[in-house]
Amino acid sequence: MAQITLKNLAHSYLPNPKGDADFALKEMDHVWQDGGAYALLGSSGCGKTTLLNIISGIVRPSHGRVLFGDRDVTDEETAARNIAQVFQFPVVYDTMTVRENLAFPLRNRGMDAAYIAARVGHIAQMIGMEDRLNRKARGLTADAKQKISLGRGMVREDVNAILFDEPLTVIDPHMKWELRTQLKQLHRQLGHTMIYVTHDQTEALTFADKVVVMYDGRVVQMGTPEELFETPAHTFVGYFIGSPGMNLMDATIAGNRAHLNGCDVALGASYAPVVGRSQIGIRPEYCSLTSGAGLPVTLRRVEDVGRHRIIRADLFGQAFNLIAPEGMAIDADMTRVVFAPDKINVFADDWRVAAQGSV
Amino acid sequence: MDKTQNNKAWFLVLPVLVIVAFSAVIPLMTVVNYSVNDTFGENEFFWNGLGWFEDMIASDRMHSALGRQVLFSAIILAIEVPLGIFIALNMPKKGFWASFCLVLMALPLLIPFNVVGTIWQIFGRVDIGLLGHGLASLGVDYNYTSDALDAWITIIVMDVWHWTSLVALLCYAGLQSIPQAYYQAARIDQASRWSVFRFIELPKMSGVLLIAVLLRFMDSFMIYTEPFVVTGGGPGNSTTFLSIDLVKMAVGQFDLGPAAAFSIMYFLVILLVSWVFYTVMTTLDNAETK
Repeated sequence: MAQITLKNLAHSYLPNPKGDADFALKEMDHVWQDGGAYALLGSSGCGKTTLLNIISGIVRPSHGRVLFGDRDVTDEETAARNIAQVFQFPVVYDTMTVRENLAFPLRNRGMDAAYIAARVGHIAQMIGMEDRLNRKARGLTADAKQKISLGRGMVREDVNAILFDEPLTVIDPHMKWELRTQLKQLHRQLGHTMIYVTHDQTEALTFADKVVVMYDGRVVQMGTPEELFETPAHTFVGYFIGSPGMNLMDATIAGNRAHLNGCDVALGASYAPVVGRSQIGIRPEYCSLTSGAGLPVTLRRVEDVGRHRIIRADLFGQAFNLIAPEGMAIDADMTRVVFAPDKINVFADDWRVAAQGSV
Repeated sequence: MDKTQNNKAWFLVLPVLVIVAFSAVIPLMTVVNYSVNDTFGENEFFWNGLGWFEDMIASDRMHSALGRQVLFSAIILAIEVPLGIFIALNMPKKGFWASFCLVLMALPLLIPFNVVGTIWQIFGRVDIGLLGHGLASLGVDYNYTSDALDAWITIIVMDVWHWTSLVALLCYAGLQSIPQAYYQAARIDQASRWSVFRFIELPKMSGVLLIAVLLRFMDSFMIYTEPFVVTGGGPGNSTTFLSIDLVKMAVGQFDLGPAAAFSIMYFLVILLVSWVFYTVMTTLDNAETK
């Protein structure tokens, strides 16, 4: 087990990268704590898998170093790094039985038979396949196969980290919950560093202590689910996290007021003058409809999603979402919206600006 | 379920039946006709029952031809299948050299059989052939026209040269269908090269290998043109395989009755062996799933 350090890491698939655009991963410097449960979150093609493959050693980074603890492993083979990885699609050895599949990584490392049997039994119980241990892996359903892959990833106790590359894509929704809970439980039991790649925010937010949001080859924010929700470091985090995402509006900032389209909005704190494109962002959860004073909105549609209702509206000709609590009456004269001032975030050129006197 | 029965649809199968009748059934039936009759020409037939079949089954000539044929097919399979797998495993997976190798491997397959025979016939000649003359200059006593072993070696090497590509290309296609993640997972599991082959590559190739083995068995069991051009079945009868013998009998000696009986049995043997082979392979496959 080890802390993973990415030092000035960058990667390009081209031999002679020229500009920023040639890099699949832009330069980054990060430390992943030993024993942490991390989720790498981002839309397709943002470099999540590249980053994961660099950590596992499948891809050698073109720039920078990867450190496990104090050991530089940049040039080490996957096998030497002692990590486990679970892939998006099930990888099982078809001609082996489930038992042999689970035992395979241990056998290759020459563990003794009694230990292997105990470990395999334990893992089989965890993934709920004790009754099928003697079956050939071929002919099992996709989710059973993926469970074997997960099991094979977790069977070794001494790994530095376990990496998951969207492992639950092929699994049934109800199984997803169960497996994710088991993974979480396992993480608590064994304390392995786990890195979980996904583009599903629910998966990321429920699995991880720390969520790493990637956008366009860059890590835009590394934080707890709460931090991502309350104080997104980048507008991408704002609208990617949350359902629906954050409302972003162009505004000019002056002290603790924001002006948009001639209207005046109070901010929770005061800000230094903002350079570049300035925007304010507010979560739909922190907006409320009112018949009193506020910004004028035109309601388009109300979607009842059970616990609350999502109101789709227009604000100054731009789509705007609000969340109204269940049971709240929406009257025809509620044509104004008000924001909770301390929940408004200010962005300059897409990056969050800290208020004066805070971090 | 009230389904209306309409057997008129069977008429739609008629065109196929007619075509198959002309292409396969009718020619085959003439052979059947010859096999149960004796004829001296003039379209005059004398009923001979199963006489020709009995003769042929008891015939030493057919036994030895069959023996040579089985040995030949066994050697061919034993060399070409492992060699084809080995070549496929070592072919580049992408880029210029992958295409280059594919074209190179496909070349022997594109050469007509009699041309292949002619190439090797000349290639192996001691007086003017590169191989034959080269071996002779090295002091090797090689002459495929007078030495039975040399003739066998020449024909086997020729067949390996001609057909290993087929096995290699089929295996290569099988290998290409293995997702990269399997190899990555194997590396993470610290699997040895042998384990990767045994547990990943071989199982994924089993489907195409079945086809490759079947094709190579059928083709080698029916081989005619190449040995006919190179050795003509000699020296003596040492390379007279079933089909060469059959042609000698039918066209050379005009023993149409025995030849017809022979060819029907020949056909049945190939059919039977292929069927047994296919059934065994697929049942093994299914048994593993259980």
